[in-house]
Amino acid sequence: MSQPAPPRRWTLWLPLAVFAGFVILFLVGLLRPAEREVRSALIGKPLPEFTLPQAIPERPALATADFKGGKPRLLNVFASWCVPCAVEAPQLAALQRAGVEIHGVAVRDKREDLERFLARNGNPFARIGADDVSKVQFALGSSGYPESFIIDARGVIRYQHIGEIRPDQVEMILARLKEAEQ
Amino acid sequence: MIANLGLAALWMAAALAALQLLAGGLSLRGGNPALAGLVRPVAAVQGLLALLSFAALVYLFWQTDLSVKLVAMNSHSAKPLLYKIAGAWGNHEGSMLLWVTIMGLAGGFLALVERRLPEPTMLATLAAQAFVSLGFYAFLLLSSNPFERLTPAAPEGQGLNPLLQDPGLAFHPPTLYIGYVGLSIAFSFAVGALLTRQVGPAFAKAMRPWVLGAWVFLTIGITAGSYWAYYELGWGGWWFWDPVENASLMPWLAATALLHSASVLAARNALRAWTVMLGVVAFSMSMVGTFLVRSGILTSVHAFAVDPERGSFILGLLVINIGAALLLFALRAGSVTEGERFALASREGALVFNNVMLTATLGIVLIGTLYPLVAEAMGLKVSVGPPYFNPMGAVFVVPMLVVLAVGPLLRWRSDKLGRTGRMLAVPGLLALGVGAWFAGSGFVGVLPVLGLALAAGLAVASLLPLAGRKLKTIKLPLWGMVVAHFGVAVALFGMAADSAFTTERLVAVRAGQTVEVGPWKVFLRDVVPIAGPNWTALQADMDARYKDGPARDIHPQARSFWAPPQGTSESALVTRWNGQLYAVLGEQAEDGRWQLRLWWKPFVPMIWYGGLLIALGGVLALIGRVMSDLRRILARDKIADRRERQGR
Amino acid sequence: MNRFLAALLLALALVPAGAQDKLPPAPYAYRQLDDPAKEARAKALMETLRCLQCQGQSIADSDAPIAGDMRNQVRLRVDAGEDPEAIRQWLVERYGDYVSYAPRVTATTWPLFAAPLLLLAFAFMVLRRRLMRGGGAE
Repeated sequence: MSQPAPPRRWTLWLPLAVFAGFVILFLVGLLRPAEREVRSALIGKPLPEFTLPQAIPERPALATADFKGGKPRLLNVFASWCVPCAVEAPQLAALQRAGVEIHGVAVRDKREDLERFLARNGNPFARIGADDVSKVQFALGSSGYPESFIIDARGVIRYQHIGEIRPDQVEMILARLKEAEQ
Repeated sequence: MIANLGLAALWMAAALAALQLLAGGLSLRGGNPALAGLVRPVAAVQGLLALLSFAALVYLFWQTDLSVKLVAMNSHSAKPLLYKIAGAWGNHEGSMLLWVTIMGLAGGFLALVERRLPEPTMLATLAAQAFVSLGFYAFLLLSSNPFERLTPAAPEGQGLNPLLQDPGLAFHPPTLYIGYVGLSIAFSFAVGALLTRQVGPAFAKAMRPWVLGAWVFLTIGITAGSYWAYYELGWGGWWFWDPVENASLMPWLAATALLHSASVLAARNALRAWTVMLGVVAFSMSMVGTFLVRSGILTSVHAFAVDPERGSFILGLLVINIGAALLLFALRAGSVTEGERFALASREGALVFNNVMLTATLGIVLIGTLYPLVAEAMGLKVSVGPPYFNPMGAVFVVPMLVVLAVGPLLRWRSDKLGRTGRMLAVPGLLALGVGAWFAGSGFVGVLPVLGLALAAGLAVASLLPLAGRKLKTIKLPLWGMVVAHFGVAVALFGMAADSAFTTERLVAVRAGQTVEVGPWKVFLRDVVPIAGPNWTALQADMDARYKDGPARDIHPQARSFWAPPQGTSESALVTRWNGQLYAVLGEQAEDGRWQLRLWWKPFVPMIWYGGLLIALGGVLALIGRVMSDLRRILARDKIADRRERQGR
Repeated sequence: MNRFLAALLLALALVPAGAQDKLPPAPYAYRQLDDPAKEARAKALMETLRCLQCQGQSIADSDAPIAGDMRNQVRLRVDAGEDPEAIRQWLVERYGDYVSYAPRVTATTWPLFAAPLLLLAFAFMVLRRRLMRGGGAE
């Protein structure tokens, strides 16, 4: 019998090194605040082409062309059955009073429900498109309700706001709209 | 009163674990023999105290003692008895107490029965076990006290999520825990053997029954969990490569490898360092799994008791236990030589090959599960799912299954492949034939064809080790191996058949209409509202007819629970020898038609039958090993007895 | 309270908010394409797209309305003759790699694909070390 070759020393340390790597990864995972939102990858890109039918008789229908020219506008993805959307209504009203043009994309909504919702919470929208099968929502890379997108005058998506706009965020949205003017 | 008793028992158990660690450690360094004599009894009493503490908790849940916070938050006086008792471990604190109880009992049992290892190794092993236990006691006592009181006592408990009130779910988690914790014994053996540099056949033989036992429980736990997901989630899927599922699969893969490498070590005194390494890896996978499930750092369908603070504690334990063991490995394994040598074409060769393939599969599952974390650390979100796991896993699993067919026919040490050629001709040709047939039919994907072909060949090949033997003389461990390997073929067949032959029908029908799905005709008689104890449901009354056979009544339901308000869909299953009909009732459309989801899944139950066969194989082998151990112990005692008498 | 929250999350994950919205599901959310070949292609794609509002389920396994709408979208586009991989690409452009369960090889995901190669190399090394020794020939 010949002497078995002594195992190379460094390979014995390999498991410990790999383990240390995993521990660091776990630590980073624990310390990082959990971000559950899925952001749209379209920021900085042109608003996708779409045309949506009219959602209620009082407001005209919505298409990509409605975002071109003039000042930056807000695109608000909402629904009458979504509770945070009702919470957000006063802030949208405030933005409208500040002169912001807001267009609504109503996701999977019935006309009567939508009218009741707008009657109760106010109607800050210049136009509302009915997105019955979430088609435009997918085109925007949006995954929840409500979500707001800032679209500049050239029709480029500048910012995505996930979740309701809170009272203390109105100023921030206005600032971002201003920024989008350049 | 009982709560105080439980808490006191837990503290005393923890103190005894500390004593066990101290006494074991000191006597290893040449301390006095009285200390060494202390270790075994202390280990046994520690286990009993943990059991007492756990029994106290079960009693509190049984009595619904609402002055205990844990009971008030997880139970309800009006719950059925089974779920009251199961409630004791259906939460984080209780399940950790169950964990230390199993660990303490296993350690105590080990201390009482295991006599074949050299005493220092045994002391080191028990000290290591105490070290691991101590960490978990600290976790319980410092941050997850199950006996915390509530003053004033709550008027009523908050109840348990109705989804969890399912007999399967009441026993699924403890089954997995027994498996997870059983691996801690293998871990302690590995550490003990490293400490005393005594790695040899005796070590493998002592460790093997524990690994077998843990592995059996893991197998059953995974099989049951997969079946639960299959019937409860309502879309006919049985494995989603979800992080929580992977967390239970990884220790199983490691334990499977360990089981086989321990066989090589026991029979041939080879693969010493490798076996020790696997002992450490297997338990670390248990702990990583627990960490992933409890810390919530990965999103999962099966989110359970998620809390980052607990996560940090478990991570701490992971670092201390596994880090120390791996450090010890790096320092000591160099002096543990690999032992006896063998040829490529030999039983050991095949076992080593499969060990490496299993470990590599484990690597794929681990990397795929954790990669989303890596990406998030880099500020990106990615998803890793079946399109990654299936082909990448197959890269290693397919060669492993081929070798699995050959390996058991080879002799130890050195053999000629040609010798097995004639025996393997039948399964080999069968596999080729089946593969060619389905590949020719064209509509089946690559992996399912491979699966069907391998399953056919393996089913025959797995029985070959029995050929030419008298059935009566075959020892239980061999039966165990044959049954388990046959089970692998059965499960594989079920998986491949499911993805190759499933027929799906999504339809909207009115009462009085018939739907065809595969060979079945399903007639919707009516949809009626019914009421259960804490839910109401819409129930479809349907007749299902296989070809022109008799009609079978089936009743899928769409249930709505009211506290908390949520809906579940209860699928209806009809099982035949050749497959399962799976029916789900969906919503009603505006025109009054009912949405139905129907699947005909040929041979799908084979997946779980296969899993149970694998577990049964483990049980047979375990019984065989334990019986021969017992016989040996009895014989040794008799000899010792005789010597003593002669000496006088 | 945490336990309760976790249970609630579990419940939501299983049947996400089914009662909330009031429109009937999209036409092809729960309906197959008439052409079995196209349906098979759509199904294969749906099984590898992640539901955006669920905890780790594919859109093929979920009752969430948004998953139903995405199934509708996928089926309509496959029916119109679009290549499934082009549909996946379209979604990835909007939601990032998160939406697809089939990771692509990119600057950040290459380790996923290097891993099997590395493991194979490791396997080969171990096997060679263990087996060539005493392989009878020496």
